[in-house]
Amino acid sequence: MKKEKIIEGLLKLSALVTILTTVGILYVLLSESIAFFREVSIWEFITDKEWTPLFVNKHFGIMPLVAGTLLTTFIAISVALPIGITIAIYLSEYAHKRFKKIVKPLLEILAAVPTVVYGFFALTVVTPFLQSIIPSMSGFNALSAGIVMGIMIIPYVSSLSEDALSAVPKELRNGSYAMGSTRLQTAFKVMVPAASSGIIVSVILAFSRAIGETMIVAIAAGQQPRLTMNPLVPIETITAYIVQVSLGDVQHNSIEYRTIFAAGITLFIFTFILNNIGFYIRKKYREQYE
Amino acid sequence: MENVLEAKNVNVFYGDFQALKNINMKFKKNAVTALIGPSGCGKSTYLRLFNRMNDYIDSFNMQGDIMVENKNIYNKEIVVEELRKKIGMVFQKPNPFPKSIFENVAYGLKIQGVTNKAVLKNAVRKALQQAALWDEVKLDLDKSALALSGGQQQRLCIARTLAVEPSIILMDEPTSALDPIATAKVEELIRELKQKYTIIIVTHNMQQASRISDYTAFFYMGDMIEYNKTDTIFRNPQYERTQNYITGRFG
Ligand SMILES: Nc1ncnc2c1ncn2[C@@H]1O[C@H](COP(=O)(O)OP(=O)(O)OP(=O)(O)O)[C@@H](O)[C@H]1O
Ligand SMILES: [Mg+2]
Repeated sequence: MKKEKIIEGLLKLSALVTILTTVGILYVLLSESIAFFREVSIWEFITDKEWTPLFVNKHFGIMPLVAGTLLTTFIAISVALPIGITIAIYLSEYAHKRFKKIVKPLLEILAAVPTVVYGFFALTVVTPFLQSIIPSMSGFNALSAGIVMGIMIIPYVSSLSEDALSAVPKELRNGSYAMGSTRLQTAFKVMVPAASSGIIVSVILAFSRAIGETMIVAIAAGQQPRLTMNPLVPIETITAYIVQVSLGDVQHNSIEYRTIFAAGITLFIFTFILNNIGFYIRKKYREQYE
Repeated sequence: MENVLEAKNVNVFYGDFQALKNINMKFKKNAVTALIGPSGCGKSTYLRLFNRMNDYIDSFNMQGDIMVENKNIYNKEIVVEELRKKIGMVFQKPNPFPKSIFENVAYGLKIQGVTNKAVLKNAVRKALQQAALWDEVKLDLDKSALALSGGQQQRLCIARTLAVEPSIILMDEPTSALDPIATAKVEELIRELKQKYTIIIVTHNMQQASRISDYTAFFYMGDMIEYNKTDTIFRNPQYERTQNYITGRFG
């Protein structure tokens, strides 16, 4: 009995540590951001079209960083979504069980490769290759970083979507076959709609992972905040900016230093919203099957 | 009456296990044939032979011929999708698709390429009427099928099957998940459907078999023990095993 009490105490403690850490992070993020917004109005932060906090002529418009983040993220999603869902459908509706058992973990390795490796892959392999097709492309650009990031998040989409497809009651698949549907019709007309909420959640998680990805974009996309949707020129993402300033020698408590937190809280809001949408859909989806 | 289905020297194996042993049987057109027997005797396996749903089981292996309208459906030339449009199936657990009531019933026609709205609407109404569900759902055709009760869902699944106008309907314990009132409705429906369709139904319910079927086959451990008019099977079975089973002495 005493042992149980000790274990219970330890569990409580570790839960407490997690909560305290989160609260601590939020506290720092918020207090530094508030200090930042005392000097820069939120209006300026949102509407100014330039982000040059480290220059003499300072501008604090977050939109170029947001644009860079969204651009690389959308490129990544447009790579990962079709490939990931195709793989998921293949694995759940066509492949032999044994094949699936081998391939799924292999695919998940993609998400386990250190992101710095992906970053250099984008910079030294993908970019030169793309430049041989599009000569006008810069050495740093959103396209290579986005594509490689897309490859990295394929398993988020494929594995979770496959789980969602496998969770669909097999009676539905049999019902569709018994109506005379082909495998393709069964996959797209019955299984994918039935698993749609799980598939959407997988995409949202992949989205959220791509928005927060740092290394690949810091290495391969450049460090030039630019309000553009052109994937061929250097840009900068929120995360890459945070790395850049953190590694630099800006003074603590300066406005330059506080831009990190303003950028950080912007990122936080994005991922927070996405995760909540995912959470909400997942909850609804559970109810549907119970 | 002519025979529409026939099993000739059929043996079925799952790996090394023999699930059906040398079955020979002919099914009469526009009749209801009940398959009865204790759990695990091979009724579902047998039923699934007729629309080739066993094909998806890796260890499945069969010998012999299944003839539908005098063609062996296990021949290479047979397109299973075509076969299944002629031979519908209703499952034990109602399995409506997560779509609207309308889309569920229209599903079979849509995958056959029918797009004409008026044609689809007509077919859906006709099928729902045949399945005795129309009056209950005619105002809610766009509602999710998952919102229906179990009994309604099962009649919806029957309507879905009827919509493609098959000639044969296979039913695997279609009322085992339903309450007595819903069961009575489905039974009444089956009795009506046999005017137009040939029906094979697996059931564990002896009263049900005697109420709705014209012929009954008794299976035991992979053997087809006895097959005759339902009246004969229930009043005057030839084998003691059959007698024991239908009187509930085992199984
Ligand atoms: N996919 C399978 N793989 C291996 N063996 C199977 C498989 N399906 C069924 N069997 C075996 O074949 C035999 C017949 O099974 P089947 O499901 O046809 O019986 P049933 O008469 O329909 O039983 P129930 O009344 O319980 O539905 C059983 O012994 C079962 O264990
Ligand atoms: Mg069965």
